[in-house]
Amino acid sequence: MAGIGAGFEVEHQEGDVLILNMGPQHPSTHGVLRLILKISGEKIVDCQPDIGFLHRGVEKLTESLNYVQIPPILERNDYLSPMSNALAFVLALEKAGEVEVAERAKWIRTLFAELSRIGSHMVAIGTYSLDLGGALGGGTSMFMQTFEIREKVLALMEEFTGTRFHVNLVQVGGVRYDIPGAEWVKKTRKLADEVDRWVFDNLLPMMEASPVFRARTKGVGYLSPEMAKLYGVSGPVIRGSGIAYDVRKAEPYDAYDKVEFDVVVEEGGDNYSRWMVRGRELLESTKIIRQVLDGIPTGPIASRPPVKAPVAFKLPKDKEVYARVESPRGEMGAFVVSDGTTKPYRVKLRSPSFSNLSVLPHLVRGLTIPDLIATLGSLDPVFGDVDR
Amino acid sequence: MSGQPLLIFAAKAVGILAVVLTAATYATWAERRVAAWIQDRIGPNKTGPFGLLQPIADVLKLFFKEEIVPSPVDPLLHFITPGIIMTGVIAATALIPFAENLTLADPPVGVLLLLGISALSGYSVILAGMASRTKYSLLGSLRAAAQVVSYEIPMALAIASVVLMAGSLSLVDIVKAQSHLPFAITQPIAFIIYLIAVFAETNRAPFDLPEAESELVGGYHTEYSSMRFAWFFAGEYAHVVIASALITTFFLGGWYGPGPDGVWWFAIKTLFFVYFFLWVRWTYPRTRYDQLMKFAWKVLIPLGLLNILITALIKIWG
Repeated sequence: MAGIGAGFEVEHQEGDVLILNMGPQHPSTHGVLRLILKISGEKIVDCQPDIGFLHRGVEKLTESLNYVQIPPILERNDYLSPMSNALAFVLALEKAGEVEVAERAKWIRTLFAELSRIGSHMVAIGTYSLDLGGALGGGTSMFMQTFEIREKVLALMEEFTGTRFHVNLVQVGGVRYDIPGAEWVKKTRKLADEVDRWVFDNLLPMMEASPVFRARTKGVGYLSPEMAKLYGVSGPVIRGSGIAYDVRKAEPYDAYDKVEFDVVVEEGGDNYSRWMVRGRELLESTKIIRQVLDGIPTGPIASRPPVKAPVAFKLPKDKEVYARVESPRGEMGAFVVSDGTTKPYRVKLRSPSFSNLSVLPHLVRGLTIPDLIATLGSLDPVFGDVDR
Repeated sequence: MSGQPLLIFAAKAVGILAVVLTAATYATWAERRVAAWIQDRIGPNKTGPFGLLQPIADVLKLFFKEEIVPSPVDPLLHFITPGIIMTGVIAATALIPFAENLTLADPPVGVLLLLGISALSGYSVILAGMASRTKYSLLGSLRAAAQVVSYEIPMALAIASVVLMAGSLSLVDIVKAQSHLPFAITQPIAFIIYLIAVFAETNRAPFDLPEAESELVGGYHTEYSSMRFAWFFAGEYAHVVIASALITTFFLGGWYGPGPDGVWWFAIKTLFFVYFFLWVRWTYPRTRYDQLMKFAWKVLIPLGLLNILITALIKIWG
């Protein structure tokens, strides 16, 4: 048979196998994922993901920009938690250039990373309900609740940095903006309480009480711990398979070694567990936010001049560094090679969405189409991050 | 019908049809307002007072939209399927006893006729999916076929025990048999089975599998646009109204109620069930069709058969 694009050849199949092209315009592929499915009835025989529809060549682009210009570009990758992208890159620069980071800035970065995590997990939980319930069905109700809270998170970010999404907060040696005042702190505490209340009053009881929800998520899309390690998945996906791997604990950065929190682990390995990990991580995030607000030290927010006078930053020649952070989706890494100028020689990004998505074909063989959509949603890929 | 002058009969027919179709149109408005209320939103409130003119605006917009018929479709089936769903729904209105003397037709085999007519909507969905000749629509129509064989049987079983209780196949007699106690109380199992099956019959969440917009894009009506789509849309809401009216007839004693009996009790009960349909839709995720089939064949059908057996035994010895 003829090729159907993306280099995949469709071989002759025994029995009644239908080739179904899903995406990139399908309503629930979380962006621009194309899946080539071989289905028998509604049962999935094989699944071939085809990515790259959102490829913008960011890694190559960074080679023609100087170190100060790059972080805002990187924030466009994982657009649901923009700050994590920039943070991984800036941590790499600080490691290579041996730059001292202002103590207060470390705490502000931690605070912001956790705010981003709440915002991002709210999208993950909300869109997963959409995948289960349909854009016009019961899932929308959960979606509206999560987006109401996310909106409040974004409002806090806007008050802090002037931008809702692409905050451009981190810079080499610190952060660009300080906490705007006592009013902001009060609002943030209120938000943390609200998130806790929502998780305890709405999310967890819904998961316990809704038989349809449990029937749709329990035991669906099982990922074994061995397979999880083999594919290098990270974040809530690997923690949902019973492996307590979290970069915040494995290699603490910023102020994570100074705050108390638990790594959330669920043993199930199915969609229910992955969802549960995200739900419980919201509680850990609010715990961290409260500790940061209580214990943040006073002092300068950057060891280098602030944004208004960007100073060209140079790395020594032939430095090769890798730094990583725990983004809401997992281990986000930046590998930087310098050539002694103000521009990097090469930047390679390790994006969690890509690794997490790569395990999809193994999870969905033998499932039906509704479960494929649900399983894809439980991996929570962001296509800006997958394709870069 | 017999003995009525033709003019009065025609007036009644037009009147009932107008009321049911208006109710169906406003069910779309109610759906949007109820959904908004459940989700802490406002919903349509700009077109007319409380957005009450919104359904009219919607219909006008759909009416003037360009009709797109993709080239691979089967032209005949693609053309007639939206009509089939409406035919079934409108024909069913003739049988519903709204009040003691307000029914268009009361044939002695009313229940059988009703089951036959309402099965038409299932065919409409199956044929629409096949007529579109696209893969997603085909999957939608496969699901519809799976759904039909799952819910029709428990539904018929539930009605069978009601018929046993009433001792008649006439809908008016069934309501009259409930003048003291509605069947929802004396036949709770049949009531619950019917309530679940009716969600599948009307293609409403959590059993809106043939449509399933997050999985199958639009399912059976992906390739329909303009007024052809509007017929499916209106058909679904008319079906919800009719289904609510039938629940009222079979299980809640129709026009009987505490206080003076009359058509208002019928209206109140029916509107409550219309709301119930919306309420469930906006609070539950969708099931899978294999789960629906499993549930129907392993739980609902044995339960329905058992219920008939018990009812029959009670009828013999009670």
